[in-house]
Amino acid sequence: MGFDQYHEPAGELPAETRTFARMCASLTEEAEAIGWYEQRIAIEPDLEARGIMRDAQGEEFKHFAMDLEFLLRRTPLWREIAEGILFHEGDIVEEGEEAEEGAVEGAASRGAPVVGGISLGIGSLREARA
Amino acid sequence: MSHLLREHAPISKAAWSILDSEARERLTPKLAARKLVDFAGPHGWEHSATNLGRKRRLNDEPWEGIRAAQREVLPLVELQAPFTVDREELRDVDRGARDVDLSALDEAAQRLAVAENSAVFHGWELAGIAGILQRAKHDPIPLGDQCELYPRHVAKAVEAMLAAGIDGPYGLALGPNAYTNVLETSEHGGYPLLDHLRKILGGPLVWAPGVEGGAVVSLRGGDFLFDSGDDISIGYERYDADTVYLYLEESFSFRVVTPEAAVALAP
Repeated sequence: MGFDQYHEPAGELPAETRTFARMCASLTEEAEAIGWYEQRIAIEPDLEARGIMRDAQGEEFKHFAMDLEFLLRRTPLWREIAEGILFHEGDIVEEGEEAEEGAVEGAASRGAPVVGGISLGIGSLREARA
Repeated sequence: MSHLLREHAPISKAAWSILDSEARERLTPKLAARKLVDFAGPHGWEHSATNLGRKRRLNDEPWEGIRAAQREVLPLVELQAPFTVDREELRDVDRGARDVDLSALDEAAQRLAVAENSAVFHGWELAGIAGILQRAKHDPIPLGDQCELYPRHVAKAVEAMLAAGIDGPYGLALGPNAYTNVLETSEHGGYPLLDHLRKILGGPLVWAPGVEGGAVVSLRGGDFLFDSGDDISIGYERYDADTVYLYLEESFSFRVVTPEAAVALAP
C-alpha cells in the first residue's frame, strides 16, 4: 500500500491534514472511476452489461459527492468559491473567476486558515516564523 | 445543518456576510493569545476534550485480578457572547446600506476577546484552565509605571528564559494601559520604544485586552497549546418583530506545557 498522498513527512503533519489529504486522494480516485466507467459504457455493446456499469458509475457519483461535501465542510474558503460556481446557470468560467476573486481576497486579507470548520475563519494569528 | 442554526435566521446572505465580516474585523486585533500561542484545530463542535496523554489509577483492584485506570482529559469550554441586531438595520443592508449599526456585535466581540485572553493568560479555575501568568515558573518582574524601564524588564525576562534553555523568538503581551504607554513613548533620540522592545524580543508586541500587566513568552512552539473545537462563529437564537438575537460562540481548551517558557510582568 502506498502513502504517496502525502508530499510532506506524514509524521510532521497534523491528524486533520492527514485526513484532508486522504479525502483528496479518495476524491481523485472516484473521479477516475467515473471517467473509466464512462469509457467502458461508451464501447460496451451488451445492453445488460452497460446497465450494470451505469449502476456502478452511479455509486461513484455518490462517493465523489460525499468526498467533496466533506472537504467543503472542512474548508470554508473552498466552500465559498464552490458556492459561487456550483448549481448556477451562468457562464462557468466567469462565475468561477468572480467567486475565487471575492473569496480569496477576503480570506487573504484576514489571514484565514484554508482548512477549518464553518466559522469566521480566524484561526491562528501567529505571524509566520522567519 | 450546523448547531448554529444560521439557516433559520431571518437574515439574507448579504447581511450574514456583513455580520461575519464585521465580527472578524473587530475580533482579530483583540485576540492577543492567538498571536502568541500554538493554535490546533478547529476540530469541530463535537470535539469535547483534549487528550492529555495521562491516566489516573482507579482502585487498586476493582475486580479480582483486574487493574483499572481512567484517562485524563481537559474538557473544552464553550464561550458564548449574545448580541442583538435591529431587523430594520438588516433590511437596510439588503437595500445596499453599508453604515449599519452593529454596536451590539462590537461589544460582544470585545467581551469574547477579553474572556479568551483572560482564560489563556490568567486562567479559569472553574474550567480547569491554568493560565500562562499562573504557571510561569520564573519570578515575576514588576512592570511599574515607568515605561522607559520596560526594555530592561523585558531583557531580564528574556535572559531568565535563555538561562533556562528556552530559545526565542519571544513575544510580549501587554494589557491596554501599558501598551498605550509604550506606543506614546519615544526614547532618547526619538527612537520608538516599540521598536526597541521588538528588537530585544525578536518577535511581536501584542495588545492584550483582558490582561493585567503582561507576559514575555517564547514563540519557539510547543509550549502553550490552544485547542480549538469550533472556532469563533456567529449563531442564531431567535427573533421577534424588531430584533434578531444572535451570539458569538467558540469552544476551546488551553494548557501550558512548559512553565519555564513564560515570565509574568506584574502590573
